[in-house]
Amino acid sequence: MGEAVTEEVLRVENLHVSVEGTPILKGVNLIINRGEIHAVMGRNGAGKSTLANVVMGHPAYEITEGRVFFKGSPLEELEVFERARAGMFLSFQYPASIPGVQVGNFLKKSVASVRDEPPKGRAFRKELNAAMEKLSMDKSFLSRYVNDGFSGGEKKRLEILQMLLLEPHLALLDETDSGLDIDALRIVAQGINEVAVNSGCLIITHYQRLLDLVKPDFVHAMIDGVIIKTGGPELALRLEDQGYDWLDVAA
Amino acid sequence: MSNETEEIIGDYRYGFHDPENSTIRFDKGLSEQVVRDISELKDEPEWMTELRVKAYRHFVERVMPDWGNCNLLNMIDFENVTYFLRSSNKTENSWDEVPDDIKNTFNRLGIPEAEQKWLGGVTAQYESEAVYHSIREDLEEQGVIFLDMDSGLKQYPEIVKKYFGSVIPHSDNKFSALNTAVWSGGSFLYIPKGVSVEMPVQAYFRINAKNMGQFERTLIIADEGSTVHYVEGCTAPSYSTDSLHSAVVELIALEGAKIRYSTVQNWSSNVYNLVTKRAVAHKNAVVEWVDGNIGSKLTMKYPSVLLKGEGAHAEVISVAYAGKGQHQDTGAKVHHLASNTTSNILSKSISKDGGRSSYRGLLQVTPKSTGCRSKVVCDALILDGDSRSDTYPTMEIGNSSSDLEHEASVSKVSSDQLFYLMSRGFTEDEAMGLIVNGFFEPFTRELPMEYAVELNKLLELEMEGSIG
Repeated sequence: MGEAVTEEVLRVENLHVSVEGTPILKGVNLIINRGEIHAVMGRNGAGKSTLANVVMGHPAYEITEGRVFFKGSPLEELEVFERARAGMFLSFQYPASIPGVQVGNFLKKSVASVRDEPPKGRAFRKELNAAMEKLSMDKSFLSRYVNDGFSGGEKKRLEILQMLLLEPHLALLDETDSGLDIDALRIVAQGINEVAVNSGCLIITHYQRLLDLVKPDFVHAMIDGVIIKTGGPELALRLEDQGYDWLDVAA
Repeated sequence: MSNETEEIIGDYRYGFHDPENSTIRFDKGLSEQVVRDISELKDEPEWMTELRVKAYRHFVERVMPDWGNCNLLNMIDFENVTYFLRSSNKTENSWDEVPDDIKNTFNRLGIPEAEQKWLGGVTAQYESEAVYHSIREDLEEQGVIFLDMDSGLKQYPEIVKKYFGSVIPHSDNKFSALNTAVWSGGSFLYIPKGVSVEMPVQAYFRINAKNMGQFERTLIIADEGSTVHYVEGCTAPSYSTDSLHSAVVELIALEGAKIRYSTVQNWSSNVYNLVTKRAVAHKNAVVEWVDGNIGSKLTMKYPSVLLKGEGAHAEVISVAYAGKGQHQDTGAKVHHLASNTTSNILSKSISKDGGRSSYRGLLQVTPKSTGCRSKVVCDALILDGDSRSDTYPTMEIGNSSSDLEHEASVSKVSSDQLFYLMSRGFTEDEAMGLIVNGFFEPFTRELPMEYAVELNKLLELEMEGSIG
């Protein structure tokens, strides 16, 4: 960290996005470099999740203006799985369940498809065990079906486990802290901090409590589809304390 | 391989075929003489000849079912079917003795390898008759009889006479009549009292010739307190003309016995697969049908169990995959004929590329059968707008002391599931493959591992190029 050379991971330029004809994002600009943690805060409906989803390539979101670059290359031609293979990761707010597909099998296949060299059986098991230990996850997780019947906290842990294994260059974390008790939050934060050393992180959250544990370099306040203010960690504290009304006024 | 075959072989891995070498081949078409000729050729006892003839007459008189896919049924040209084809003069008990062409085919299908690794016995039927048959010595020493049906009739005529047609009379339906008239091959399996057969025994049915009719007849008797797992697989070459597979399978589970019968049929999409499968479960017996339908043009098959003795249990777990040009009309029937009998039916179907799957089920509890329990679950997954799924459940419940549950669902693959999986590096086809394999998992986990792996691969292949 702190080297003179900055390595750009994500560049969002004047991004306008609509869903079913309704404009959601109205000109977002954002640059994230390797090793930086960015937090985006805002009220429900401000467009935070849309930003994360559109960067990952969700087909329901239509870019009407502006561009997104990942490590200097435009993203528009890349399919979702190609983005994943290029090193992008989205931790979902509501991860989908895949009944009948066991977590262990799913993780192995996912890692094999993202990494250049597919993981070898024993080495992978070792790596998987270590990652699960960090997240205080019981081995019994591996034989359960992906997110099927999982509690909110279990789903989020599985998201972070995937992030640790996939070692992304860009991690988008969409309300990963919601629904977590304080112990789980601590464990999840530890996982994020570990990945954040080598990647760019975009954390979407409503609350300060995750940012107490994962210290952001930049905090962005989003209102009605635009980033209205950017600051350091102190901005998050003020938003938590005073809400968003003062920004509305300022705008 | 002829051009004609190549054109339609597509992704179907088992669509290759051998030259049609035969030692005896009947002319196409069906008549009383053909029926008598088959019986004479096999040097059968007179009662069997007469049964065949009676069944033939019934077949001629019996009208086609007026339900199911009548359009496809009425397209069957019974005069354009070869009813008997012998391709090897005897049933060998060493693969070395099996004619090379045929041996190679079974090698490609992986049968000898599976036999060495995990099977207790194997029958391999090619066209009308078994070309290979063997059973492990230790099972034979315990008195287990595992033969092809023709040999069974020769060596154990009294057992065959007692049970043949006892569960499925020739007059049950048009196709059971046809099978009884022209049957050839199939398995005869008897497990003595108290014997538990740990390794599954397998039969493999292969059609090779064009316009072939395969009419195997299987009879399994599990004597008191015995257990057995019987597995069958089926494939055929892809031809542009149709073949007909019409089997009859009868299972008898005597008191306290347990029979599991697992099938994965993967016929090529030019095969009519019209099969009658029915079991009788006596007191405290268990019968499990594990039935996978992946191939064929039209399948009509509803594995049934007659719960005849108190405490008997039936389990029918089935999956159907209906792809382009396929109709899987499948289901289950359970008749609770005694008190305190229980049953579980789980049916899962997938329709894709205009394919159609239908669940047709019957659950019957007679008025005197009290304290019965049954659960029926039908889940259908439809992968695109051209495809179709229907459900025809029938329940006849004769008393109020029985506890019955029925759940049905029809779903589509959600865009959330696809996006989630793709964000983890899976292509859309791979994501579909995972979802589909997961959907069938409650079935797949019941199969021997080797079959499960094969089935998953098969489904993944089916998902390739599925999305534009």
